[in-house]
This record gives sequence, C-alpha cells and structure tokens, in this order.
Amino acid sequence: MSEPCCYIFTASFCYDLFCTFGATEFSYQFLLTMAADSQVLSDYVRYYLHQHTIQLGQPATVKVAANLVRMVSYNNKNMLQTGLIVGGWDKYEGGKIYGIPLGGTLLEQPFTIGGSGSSYLYGFFDQVWKEGMTQDEAEKLVVKAVSLAIARDGASGGVVRTVTINKDGVSRKFYPGNTLPLWHEELEAKDSLLDSLSATSPEPMVS
Amino acid sequence: MMNLADSAPATNNMLGSEADSQRTLYPYVTGTSVIGIKYKDGLLFAADMGGSYGSTLRYKSVERLKSVGKHSVIGASGEISDFQEIMRYLDELILFDNMWDDGNSLGPKEVHNYLTRVMYNRRNKFNPLWNSLVLGGIKNGKKYLGTVSMIGVHYEDDHVATGFGNHLARPILRDEWHENLTYEEGVKLLEKCMRVLLYRDRSAVNKLQIAKITEEGFTVSEPYSLKTSWDFNAFKNPTLDAEGSW
Repeated sequence: MSEPCCYIFTASFCYDLFCTFGATEFSYQFLLTMAADSQVLSDYVRYYLHQHTIQLGQPATVKVAANLVRMVSYNNKNMLQTGLIVGGWDKYEGGKIYGIPLGGTLLEQPFTIGGSGSSYLYGFFDQVWKEGMTQDEAEKLVVKAVSLAIARDGASGGVVRTVTINKDGVSRKFYPGNTLPLWHEELEAKDSLLDSLSATSPEPMVS
Repeated sequence: MMNLADSAPATNNMLGSEADSQRTLYPYVTGTSVIGIKYKDGLLFAADMGGSYGSTLRYKSVERLKSVGKHSVIGASGEISDFQEIMRYLDELILFDNMWDDGNSLGPKEVHNYLTRVMYNRRNKFNPLWNSLVLGGIKNGKKYLGTVSMIGVHYEDDHVATGFGNHLARPILRDEWHENLTYEEGVKLLEKCMRVLLYRDRSAVNKLQIAKITEEGFTVSEPYSLKTSWDFNAFKNPTLDAEGSW
C-alpha cells in the first residue's frame, strides 16, 4: 500500500497500515497523506465495536464493522480525507470485503483496491482477477499488485505486509522491499559497482 | 469531536464562523442519469450501474434504483453516500408508517413530498444532499412520477430524467412518449435513451438495470449491457474529404 510522507520527505518506511479488531481487519489507504485521519477513525470504530461486542456477547460481524466505519466517515465527511477497506470473516456470511471511499459510500465488493498507488492497478486487476482463487493464488496476486504499484507510485515502497483472514483467524506476512519482483527498467541490486570487476572485464567503466 | 448522527448538527452561532462550520460540500462517488416514464400498467425506470470517482469509472455494480415501501421506486444520481443516507431516512419513514398498522401505506406522492422537504431544508442549511432523485409509483390505480433536485426543485410529469438525461433523453421522450405504452414499447424507449447516453455521457457505464412498478409490485431486471455500433466509414476515414485536417 502507499506509505505516508510529509511532502517529499519520507517520514516512515514501515508504517503498519493494518488495524485489527477481533476477526475483522481494517486496512488504511492514504489517499492524500491524511494518515492521521485513518488512525483516528479506526480508534473510534474500535471503541464502538468493542462495546457492541460486549453487548452482543459474540464477535461482531464484518457488516457491522463496515457500517461503523461508514457512519464515522459519512458524518464527518467535511473534516476527514480517508478511504478505507474493511475486510473480515464471520460465521454468518464468511469472508466479506467492504470498500468505503471518500464521502462515506459503503459498497460490498468481491475485491477492491485503494490508496495512491491503486491508480496504476485498475487495468491490472481488470485483467487478472477471477472468482474462486485459492488462498495461495490470492496471496501471490496481492503481493504482485502492490509491487507493481511500488514500481510506479512515488508514495509507495519500503515493505509489503499482507493479512489473511478466514475461519481459522488472522495471519500476517511480511515481505521486505528487496525481495519483490523487478519490473520494467528496474535492475538487480548490487552492493557496489566494484563487484562487476572480473577477470574478463577489469575495466567496468565505458566511455 | 467526531459526529455520529448528523453531518451538520445544529449550532447556535448566528454571526461568527466556527471551526466545524458546515458549508456546501462536493461530491466524490457519483451516479449519472436516471430516467423514469409512465406506461400502461405503471412506471418504468432505467439507470446504469456506474459509480464514478471524478473522471475514473471506479465502481460498476452500484444499484441506483431501489423500491420504497409497496408502491414506489426511487432512482438517484449524484453522490452515492448521500443516496445511501436517503435510503436510511426512507427505510425509517416506511417502518414508522408500517408500525401504525392502520391499513394505510405511504404512496409515491407522499414519499415525493417528504423527499422534497428533506432536500429543500438541507439546501437552506447550506448542507445539501448532493443528489437528483426520480420518485415514482402507482397506488390504487393512480400513477405518479416526480423528481427532486439537490436544491429542492421538484415537479411531476409523465416522463422525467436527471443529469445528462435532461438534455439527451427528454427530447426523445417528448417526441416518442405517449399514453398507454406497452411494457415492450416502454423498455425499447428507455433503451433508446440509455444508448444515446452511453455514446455521449462520459460518466455512463455499459451496465444497466430497468425497474418496473405496477399494482402487483416492484421488479428490477438483472444487470445487462447494450450493443453499440461504431462501424461507420466516416469513423474509419475521418479526413477523406478534408485532407490535412484531423
């Protein structure tokens, strides 16, 4: 996903963009460097969801979590600039994804993308996404997608984090930036120019 | 402080401005035209399933035609989050109406009037619901079709449209609509209008639904796409008669 930055200075390379509550997970997207908005919103929602869970006596559904996010997003639309995705699993509907873009629209979707780097992924997903992927296929797909976004979006980079949520719970994975595939005009990383020195070509510079 | 219930709660500041002061907003995720017509057995509505995000055709499965109670249909263009809020208001309105359990039920004329008041009062507070709505239905044999805009302009007619539909669909309807259209004629007429909108409206998306309301009740079609035709010699060779132009 995109990383937060203060104008052109990169404030943090390794923001954890996911906020969890119970079996439900939020992911943040920073649409206009308003990282704080996403965090504050998720704090409020975590507070309400916690109370709701106590009253309900069992884990809340994904739909409830999504509607809470929508409520805060919609009623504060003049102050907030944050788009979010709510994804999770509950025993009634299974796995579900809800997109809540700027303005506070709530839309249930089979897949969704967001954040600054997502602009570069619309065509990619139009082409490769299909119903009924396995967990492995899906995980590979999202990592590939984020790495493509990193390749073109100045506000994205650093590390890739994935979260997988199903009936067995929540599991997180971590992919450092240097382990991601390379794309057009990107080169294999080296320690130094001097590493290209070898018996066959003692002079690595060309004129 | 976070608001929970209202996007513009009442404040007492008559003169000064407050940090949280609400002004007219701007839409983010928007739907384009809705068209409604009366026909022999009731009313027909058409709207595509697009949710645009500026110039990006972001969402392509947004349902913009919904039933209201037993007798009415609402179609919305404009900000989708505001339409979802309007649906919450209407669901509450219908619920309370049902709770009276008095054998009476709100008809399209009443719902249209309610919406008009909501939209106009929000406009007066400089915090509009950024939608143009089509509201129609049939109750006790009487057909009703009306429209309300985000500033509270409202009227009823035999055929109405929102957004681009006002400019592209209504002229077609003025020429070709008549009393007692059959269902097939009505659908064809709506499709003619939707096809023009598809060619000419940049926010139009080729996936639409047609909704019908009669005394029997409400139905909405499965999403489908319209065929388009681009195979013209003038398109293949646009500068044939004007060498050097582009």
